[in-house]
Amino acid sequence: MRTLIFLLRKEFLQIFRNKLILRMIFVMPVMQLIVLPFAANYEMKNILLSVVDNDHSEYSRKLINEFTSSGYFILSDVSPSYEKALKVIEDDKADLIVEIPRGFERDLVRDNQTKVMISANAINGQTSGLAVSYSNTIIKEFNNRIRAEWIQQPRLNPLPVVEITSNNWFNPKMNYKYFIVPGVLALLVTLIGFILTSLNIVKEKETGTIEQLNVSPIKKYQFILGKLIPFWILGMFVLILGFLISFIVYGIFPEGNFLIGFLFAGIYLIAILGFGLLTSTFAETQQQAMFIAYFFMMIFVLLGGLFAPIENMPDWAKYLTYINPVSYIIEVMRMLVLKGSGFTDLLKHFGIILLFAVVFNGLAIFNYKKTT
Amino acid sequence: MKQLFTFIRKEFHHILRDYRTMMVLLGLPIVQLLIFGFAITNETRNSAIAVLDISKDEATQNVITKLESSRYFDIDRSLTSSQQIEQAFKNGRIKLAVIFQPNFQNELMHSNNAQIQLIADATDPNQASTLVNYASSIIMEYQSELNDQNKLPYTINTEMRMLYNPELKGAYTSVPGVMAMILLLISTMMTSISIVKEKELGTMEILLVSPMKPAMVILSKVIPYFIVSLVNIASILLLSVFVLGMPIQGSIFLLIAVTILYILCALSLGILISTATDSQLAAMLISLLGLMLPVVMLSGYAFPIANMPTILQVISNIVPAKWYIIMVKSVMIKGMGLAGIWKESLIIGGMTAVFLLISIKRFKIRL
Amino acid sequence: MTNEIVIKTDKLTKKFGDFTAVNEISFEVNKGEIFGFLGANGAGKTTAMKMLIGISKPSSGSAEVAGFDVYKQTEQIKKNIGYMSQRFSLYEDLTIKENIQLFAGIYGLTDKEIESKGEALITKLNLQNESNKVVGQLPLGWKQKLAFSIAILHRPKIVFLDEPTGGVDPVTRRQFWDMIYEAADGGITVFVTTHYMDEAEYCSRVSIMVDGVITALDSPANLKKQYVAGSMEEVFIMLARKAKRGE
Repeated sequence: MRTLIFLLRKEFLQIFRNKLILRMIFVMPVMQLIVLPFAANYEMKNILLSVVDNDHSEYSRKLINEFTSSGYFILSDVSPSYEKALKVIEDDKADLIVEIPRGFERDLVRDNQTKVMISANAINGQTSGLAVSYSNTIIKEFNNRIRAEWIQQPRLNPLPVVEITSNNWFNPKMNYKYFIVPGVLALLVTLIGFILTSLNIVKEKETGTIEQLNVSPIKKYQFILGKLIPFWILGMFVLILGFLISFIVYGIFPEGNFLIGFLFAGIYLIAILGFGLLTSTFAETQQQAMFIAYFFMMIFVLLGGLFAPIENMPDWAKYLTYINPVSYIIEVMRMLVLKGSGFTDLLKHFGIILLFAVVFNGLAIFNYKKTT
Repeated sequence: MKQLFTFIRKEFHHILRDYRTMMVLLGLPIVQLLIFGFAITNETRNSAIAVLDISKDEATQNVITKLESSRYFDIDRSLTSSQQIEQAFKNGRIKLAVIFQPNFQNELMHSNNAQIQLIADATDPNQASTLVNYASSIIMEYQSELNDQNKLPYTINTEMRMLYNPELKGAYTSVPGVMAMILLLISTMMTSISIVKEKELGTMEILLVSPMKPAMVILSKVIPYFIVSLVNIASILLLSVFVLGMPIQGSIFLLIAVTILYILCALSLGILISTATDSQLAAMLISLLGLMLPVVMLSGYAFPIANMPTILQVISNIVPAKWYIIMVKSVMIKGMGLAGIWKESLIIGGMTAVFLLISIKRFKIRL
Repeated sequence: MTNEIVIKTDKLTKKFGDFTAVNEISFEVNKGEIFGFLGANGAGKTTAMKMLIGISKPSSGSAEVAGFDVYKQTEQIKKNIGYMSQRFSLYEDLTIKENIQLFAGIYGLTDKEIESKGEALITKLNLQNESNKVVGQLPLGWKQKLAFSIAILHRPKIVFLDEPTGGVDPVTRRQFWDMIYEAADGGITVFVTTHYMDEAEYCSRVSIMVDGVITALDSPANLKKQYVAGSMEEVFIMLARKAKRGE
C-alpha cells in the first residue's frame, strides 16, 4: 500500500510538471467539444437548386415557386438547358436539377399526364436521397392541389385513406447536437485515456527508468495500479468538464440518473486504460505504441456508432461492435442523456464493460514482465 | 547528396526493422477502407421496428407484410400494449414503433379513414427521419395499390436521375474521405513523431553537428514516409477500384499528382508539429487528438459543409482534407481535368508552402 | 573480512536461440568485496548481471544472490540489492528530493528514515542548493553520484553497478570510487562491471569474461603476476585478444 502511494505521487508529480501536456489534455477536448458538434448536422436546409424551365408556363412557375418556398431549397441557378445545368452541378454550384419539359402544362391538361425530371448529384447517396425525397413530396403536393382545382365536384365514391401521424420521442425537436455531443465526449475521453496510458509505460522503457523499477521489489499489480489510478482521475476530470460544457453550451442535462452515468464512465475508463496498458506491454518504442493505438482507435471509433448507425452494418461488422468498448459507452451515454434509461435497462451494458475492464487489466498485469 | 542517401537508408532501416509499425502503416489503410466500404453505411437495412397491432385483421396484416418484405425493416411483433413501447425504446431494442388504430380495416373500408401512428426513437434524428420516411412511403404504396382500380387524372410523373452514382453506393463518399483522413493522419503523425523522437533521445544534436545541413536531416526523415505513403495510395486505389467498384473517370495521373501534393502538405504539417513540440507524447496528442475529429467532422466528409454555421464553414477552409476531398471527387467520380481543380490545388500548395516556411523559421530560432 | 558468501553461481548459462550469451559461468563473491566484472563489449557482462538481479531468467545452471535462488526467489533478491544501470535511470523530470522519496519509498523506508537519510545524502553530495531542481538539469557526473547514492540508500546487501562511470571525467570517477569504497567499508558488497582498466585495479577481485566465459578470476595483484603483466590493462588485452565475438 505504501509503495503504491509513492508510485502515485511520482506519476502525479510527472503529470503536473509537464504543463504543455496538461494544457493539451484539457484545452483540446474542451475546444473540440465547443466547436465540433455545430458541424454535425444532417438536416438539409440549403440544398442548392438549379432550374431548367423549358415550358415557361403558369404551372411551371408555380412548381418552381413551391420548391423555393419549401425551406429546403435555395435557387442558385437558372439554366437554359440540361447540359448547362449539368455543368453547374459539376462545379458544385448546385446539388439538384429540376427540369421542366416543354409542353408541361399543355400535356397535363390535355393528356392528363406530364412529367418532371429531377437529377441529383448522388456522390453522397445519403444526402441526395433526402433531397430527392423532399422534391418528390413537393411535386406530389403540387399535383394534389392541381387535381383538386380540376376535379371540383365532391367525389361520389371517396377513396380510402390511411392517415399517418408521426412522433419523435426522446428528442422531439430533432436536435442533432443532443445526439452527437455525448458521443464526441465519450470519444475524446477515450482518446486521451488511451494515448496517455499506452505511451506512458513505453516511455519508461525507452528512457530506461522501467529497469530501475523492475529490479526493485514492486509488485506487478502495484505498478499497474500506479499507472491506472492517475490517468483514471485525469480522465474523469476531463469527463466532468465535458459534462459541464454539454450543460452550459448545449443545455444537455441527462434525463436519467447522472450518477449511473459516472459509474459507467468510470468503469469504462478503467477498461480503456487497461487496454492502453496492455498495448504498452507489447510495444518497445513509443512510435510502435502510437501506431498500435492509432490502429485500434480508428477501428473503435469507426465501428462505435458515432457517425454511422450500428444497425445499418452488415452482420460481421455488428459482431465486431460487440467487442468494441467504444460502442457501449456511446450507446449508454445516449440512452442516459436522451432516454433517461435506468440502471435495469443498462444492466447488460454494465456487465459487459465490467468484463472488458477485468480482462484488459488482467491481461496487462499478466503480460507486464519484470524480466527482459 | 551521397550523405542524404545514407541517411535515408538509415531511416528505412528503422522503419523496416520494426515490423509491427510497418504492419500498421501498410495494413491500416486497407483495413480502414474495407470497414468503410462494407460496414460503415448510412443505408438503412434491417432496422428493428415494432408493430402494435390490436386490430389483427387482413389490412393490418397486409401492411405489416409489406413493411417486412422491404429490406429496411426487421419486425418485432412482441408488443401487446402501448405501455410497453417506452420500455422497448429505453433498452434500445427498437428504433421505430408502428401503431395501428383498433378496428383498422373496418375504419378503412367503412369510414374511408384509418390511422397509423409512427413513433421514432429520435435519439439519432437523422436515423429517425429516414425510418419515418421509409415507413410512410411503404404505407402510401399500400394505399395506392388499394386504389389501383381508379387511375387518377392530372398526374405529374417524376423522372429521377441519380447522377454519378446511380446505385447510391456508400463508397463514393467514403473512399475520398478515407483517403484524405488516412494520408493526413499517418503522414503527419509519422513525420512529427520520428523527428521528435530524435529530439527526445538526444540523437538530433548528433545529427545536427554532423556536416549535414538541417534541411537534409529533415528531408531524410520525410522521404521514407513519403514512399510509404505512395505504397498506401497504390493499395487504396487498387482496393477502391477492384473491391469497392469505384470508377476512375478522370486521369489517373492527375489523381496521383494531386494525391502527392496532398501528402506533401501532410508531411510539412508533420514537420511543423515537430518544431512546436519536444516530446513524442505531445506530438501524438496534437496529431491524433487534435486532428482526427476536426478532419472527420469539418472536411465535409461526415457532414455536409453547406449545413454548418457560417463560422464553421469559414474554419473548414483551413482543413486541407476538405480541398483534397473535392479534388478526388472531381477527378475520380466526375471525371474532371486540371482545369476543374486548379483552385483547390493552389490552395493545398499554398498551405504546404506556409507550413514549410513557418517550420524553417522556427527551426532556425531553436538552433 | 568475514568469509560469508553473498553471490554464488554454478554453470550459469543464458542462451538467446542459438546464441549462448553467457556460457556456464561459476564464481563466488564474498561479503564486503568489491567484485570487478570485466569484459569487452558484447562479452556477456550485462546479460550475466541481469540474471543475478532477477530481471532475466537463466537458461540453465544455478545461482544464489543474498541467499536467494535466481529462479524462484527473484522478488526476495530484489529487496536485498541495489542497482544502477549503465543508462542513467533516475526520473529526469522529477527533482532530486522527489527521486529520493520515490526510491526510498519503494524499498519500504519509513517517512522518518526517508527524511533523515535523504537529508544526509543531499548534504554529503553538496546538493543543498540543487535539491529542488529536476534531475535532468544536473551535469552527468552529479547524476551518476546521485544515482549511486540512491541505489544504496536502503542499505542493500549487494549493489550492482553496470558501467557506472561511463562518460564521466577522471576527477568525478575518482570521487565515485571513493563512494564505492565507503559503501564497501560499510559492509555492502559491490558488484561492478567496467571496461576502464584503471578501475579494475581498485577492485578486491576481478573476473574477466571473454565470449561468455570467465577466463580469469583473482585479485588484480595475482592476475598481473600470473600473466606477467605490468597493469590490468595488459592482462585484459592478452585475454580479450582471443575473443571471436565482435562488437
